[in-house]
Amino acid sequence: MKQQAPLTITGGRLVLPDGVTSGALRLVDGRIEALGDVSPQDGDEVVDAAGQLVAPGLVDLGVFAVDKPAFHFGGITRAALMPDKSPILDLPSRVQYVAYSGKPDFWVHPLAAATRGLEGRELAELALMQQAGARGVATGRGWIADSGVMLRLLQYAAMLGLVVVSHAEDAGITGNAVASAGEMATRLGLPSAPAEAEALAVARDIALAEMSGARLHFRQVTTRAAVDLVRAAKARGANVTAGVTPAHFMLSDLATAEFRTFARLSPPLRCEDDRQAVVAAIGDGTIDVIASGHDPRGPEDKRLPFADAEPGMAGAETLLAMVLTLVRDGVISMERAFDLTARTPAQLLGVAAGELAEGYEADIALIDPEKPWIVDSRKMEASAGNTPFDRQPTQGRVTALFKGGVKVG
Amino acid sequence: MTSSGTPSAAGRFPAGRRAFPHRDLVGIAQLERHEILYLLEEAEQWVSLNRQSAKHTDNLAGLTIINAFFENSTRTLLSFEIAGKRLGADVVNMHAAQSSVKKGETLIDTAMTLNAMHADAIVIRHGSSGAVELIASKVDCPVLNAGDGQHEHPTQALLDALALRHALRERGQNADDFTGLTVTICGDILHSRVARSNVLCLQALGASVRLCAPPALMPQGIDAMGVEVFHDFDAALSGTDVAMMLRLQNERMQGQFIPSAREYHHLYGLTAKRLAARAPDALVMHPGPMNRGVEIDSDVADMLDRSIITRQVEMGVAIRMACLDVLTRKARGVAGWADGEWV
Repeated sequence: MKQQAPLTITGGRLVLPDGVTSGALRLVDGRIEALGDVSPQDGDEVVDAAGQLVAPGLVDLGVFAVDKPAFHFGGITRAALMPDKSPILDLPSRVQYVAYSGKPDFWVHPLAAATRGLEGRELAELALMQQAGARGVATGRGWIADSGVMLRLLQYAAMLGLVVVSHAEDAGITGNAVASAGEMATRLGLPSAPAEAEALAVARDIALAEMSGARLHFRQVTTRAAVDLVRAAKARGANVTAGVTPAHFMLSDLATAEFRTFARLSPPLRCEDDRQAVVAAIGDGTIDVIASGHDPRGPEDKRLPFADAEPGMAGAETLLAMVLTLVRDGVISMERAFDLTARTPAQLLGVAAGELAEGYEADIALIDPEKPWIVDSRKMEASAGNTPFDRQPTQGRVTALFKGGVKVG
Repeated sequence: MTSSGTPSAAGRFPAGRRAFPHRDLVGIAQLERHEILYLLEEAEQWVSLNRQSAKHTDNLAGLTIINAFFENSTRTLLSFEIAGKRLGADVVNMHAAQSSVKKGETLIDTAMTLNAMHADAIVIRHGSSGAVELIASKVDCPVLNAGDGQHEHPTQALLDALALRHALRERGQNADDFTGLTVTICGDILHSRVARSNVLCLQALGASVRLCAPPALMPQGIDAMGVEVFHDFDAALSGTDVAMMLRLQNERMQGQFIPSAREYHHLYGLTAKRLAARAPDALVMHPGPMNRGVEIDSDVADMLDRSIITRQVEMGVAIRMACLDVLTRKARGVAGWADGEWV
């Protein structure tokens, strides 16, 4: 649905890249026409934000399902979909279908499978998938073990100008592990692997990215050693960015106690020291993106013994609230919260969104950042309630959402 | 070491608490020291009974016990079956191939099915850590863990403690617990639920525990459990009071952990020579099944004066009888075990 009449949002606190300021926003034909000191014109529809935050709709980089009710609840207007679908997004036709699957009120940006069948052996038809709507390339839930394949992938993606989203865990070390090696996994008797598997993969991928000149994005960097590598690479000027999901800055492997399968994630939860390193890396800018990793899983995947359960969490609804905890804790500023969840992911995907700026898509979220609520796995908008934050009191809710200037829901 | 002539369990647990306030036995981690001691005391009567020619009681007459084994087992299954039958219960064995219960909701559905058949106790072995707790959360009767993945095998640790206590008494050491004792557990610690349960149980009873394995078979972070970690078997064995040998769990290994069985024997095999040099008086234990010539030599395994391997098997039946008896007391309405009653 196209925006019919111009819309002016007044009385809000605009979250701009350089700070939060009072102002208004005028949306015309699905785009931001003007912002700041603007007044509604005759015939405009007017929404009074009443002092709430007026922020860009979130751009969720790396989700595993298109789950509109959950995304809308969480203020997410665009998501980059991982290729680990059934069938795998390794053909242009599949990419094209997915690219249109959310419209009009939600935009899906498919990430093309880097290799056929995500098997890590033969490159998929990346250029054709780009033409079909792919906004990046991803290795899926797994790592490409063959360094030769990874190098050729990065070179090819660099030529096409596509970001490569990598899953950084050395598969030879992780094997069948479902937990990070350490006291918790040992007490629970869970198959585990050293967390250093991540740093090994990150080191190799950075080296290959620097050789190829590709834009490399680690979907999740979750250990102290790996964030150190990313920090050093950035200092050298490497074209590398890193992401993380709230689980890895909110929780440590203690959350897997009593074999809680909602805390079975990939990569697995790490030790407390790694969690603190991730928080610090968000604070100092080493981590660029926070995404939900939204992966709703029903009881058939989760009500199983820990090692038999599927990894993943339903994260779309809690993404914003968890990021706002970092603002309240003084780790990041309010504007940076939206750099992490909207502006930077939009830039990586090459879409004119994720930012309040003239000419950008009118994807707008009105947010009450203090509104208290309690996460309840039984009452989620998502298609499954597998959240590791169940029953956690939190703050911050989206009160209204606009996609292309049109109110959602 | 304190000694007590006539064991009196009732005198040793805190006042105002039930002697054993658990519905299930899922792990040693959930047990307090006095609860472990209580189970050991309870088992003594069954040790005596089992040595008579008529080994039958009707304590559990009319009760149905289901042994649900999702993983292959011979000795543990047999031991639980005999324990249930000697207590007079109707014992049913359910062998479920691991492959058929790995997918979807089947494991929980199986648990619900057993529950609907009004089992009075369910004994479970499963290949996944935590599976027994998952089932226990879905059924209405006591659940006993007969081994879950690499997590726990509590009755094994209890029977080991009972066998060790008997052996120490025969040597004139009449302590209730193992204060001052050093126990060395050597073998595939990484994949061993027996090791985990034994570390917890032996430590609760006051023993110092040494673990010995090559690095690849030693779980990371195990030192946080208060054990001493060794890779050199001779060093681990020096001055130890008990050598508990574990087999290599080849069926759980993905990839190669050690170069060969003979190389393993060279480094970690318990030989008579090694034992004489490092721990000439140590007792020798093994939870079985043994791989003779790999982790333990035949002449050591069969030493009459110090190998208590067959006694471990004997104590297994008594411990399992004690656990089944204690856990079904509430359902049987035994005085002092109903809701609101205190022993």
